[in-house]
Amino acid sequence: MMTPEVWNSLTTALARLLIFPGLLFAVPAAWFFLWVERKAVARMQGRIGPPFMQPFFDFIKLLGKDSPRRTGVGGLLMKVWPLIAVSAAAGAVGLLPVLPASGGFQGDLILLLALLEVPSMCIIAAGFSSRSIFGEIGSAREAVLSVSYNVVFLLAIISIAASQHTFSLSALAALPASPLRWLGIAAILVCLPAKLHLNPFSLPNAEQEIYSGPMVEYAGPELAMWELSHGLEWVAATGLVATLIAPAFTLWWVAALVFVALSFGLVLLLSVVAAATARLQIDTTVRFYWQCTIIFAVLAVASALFMRFKA
Amino acid sequence: MKLWNKLMCYCRSHSPWLFHMNSGSCNGCDIEIVAALSPRYDAEQLGVRLEGSPRHADILCVTGPVTHNAVGAIKTVYGQVYGPKAVVAIGSCPATTNVFIDSRTLAGPLHKHIPVDVFVPGCPPRPDAIILGVAKAAGILAARGSTLPVADAEPEIVGDPGENCISCACSSTEVQA
Repeated sequence: MMTPEVWNSLTTALARLLIFPGLLFAVPAAWFFLWVERKAVARMQGRIGPPFMQPFFDFIKLLGKDSPRRTGVGGLLMKVWPLIAVSAAAGAVGLLPVLPASGGFQGDLILLLALLEVPSMCIIAAGFSSRSIFGEIGSAREAVLSVSYNVVFLLAIISIAASQHTFSLSALAALPASPLRWLGIAAILVCLPAKLHLNPFSLPNAEQEIYSGPMVEYAGPELAMWELSHGLEWVAATGLVATLIAPAFTLWWVAALVFVALSFGLVLLLSVVAAATARLQIDTTVRFYWQCTIIFAVLAVASALFMRFKA
Repeated sequence: MKLWNKLMCYCRSHSPWLFHMNSGSCNGCDIEIVAALSPRYDAEQLGVRLEGSPRHADILCVTGPVTHNAVGAIKTVYGQVYGPKAVVAIGSCPATTNVFIDSRTLAGPLHKHIPVDVFVPGCPPRPDAIILGVAKAAGILAARGSTLPVADAEPEIVGDPGENCISCACSSTEVQA
């Protein structure tokens, strides 16, 4: 039996997943962020860079290319991984509490983190199911990388959640940012280049060394799905940071505008860092996360818990 | 459906992704391809992207006079590019084998092995000629759709051949048909 509340929450959830900040907003935003990334790198290198619609052209062109005929279970898996990655990333974007009072639930932060992790797992699995030596190297790198940055990433999120006594995204977005939260946000920002495969941590998709790694055997529509999932990851990851930074607004359009502006600023920042740095080696990267940044993450969690018991 | 085809055609001509293949080149043309992507020429304005894998590419850029060792590799890589695809022969070497003509180590020129759409003669060709060649190839590719290229179609010749053949006295105008 559908009670009005169930019906109401169902329609809200569908609207968030499909319209804003879900697919209808997120797919153009993903293309826009991919363009900003390429354009920022080009400007940093003194070039003019691609035209505004470039990611859209690339996407449509890839949809129209012939795709490889894949057979057997391995082929089926290779077809399925990009679709799972796209749906998980779109779901993660749909969970972002952009509009005030748009509904959320206790623990949606945990669901968001889990969904953000799915594309990178799909990339690992895709590289290994492609049976290409470059794909396997890329997947191994991605696995090592995700083990190192995720410890810091999760500790930072836990410190934020623990300091404000909630795992609900909308509650976190509504609360004012404490100094401790800024420490957590800084730790998340350090992890984002690795999560989005940007320089200096663009190891899994290193195009010069391992021919774009796990994607090496993908072509046509499947590659288009990977590009889209990468764009959606951009939207979700920068959107998560933007909701943590943004002050709470009651007017919905101001909230949406601030969210978009903050995400744009973050994309610009990450792209500029990517253009200004060179790729590190895998052991340097792992050492960076395990030795240099984890100290700050542990400090953040410890002080968050300490403050919690004091309060 | 017609609108979709039109859109597809437009997107194809605005997003050429290249795969660069060296078939025994002296590296002269290869660094000119890199120069075409550099800040001065900036081919990315046309949507050009140099890809690491032939699976991702639309246009195969071949340099070099095609040595015996390279023939198998060229055929493999040409098969690995998914259609619609186009081939650009960059430099005088893949067009005529240039100064290496009649060498017993060569199996060139290139169009004996795979269908070539655009020749960009020059030794090495200028980066702007390479960009023009790629743009022409992108137009050919968009018009072609998924049909396979015809082996003996009339290829395009772009640039100003004979302008800057620095290694020999040939004018490199005589592309062997």
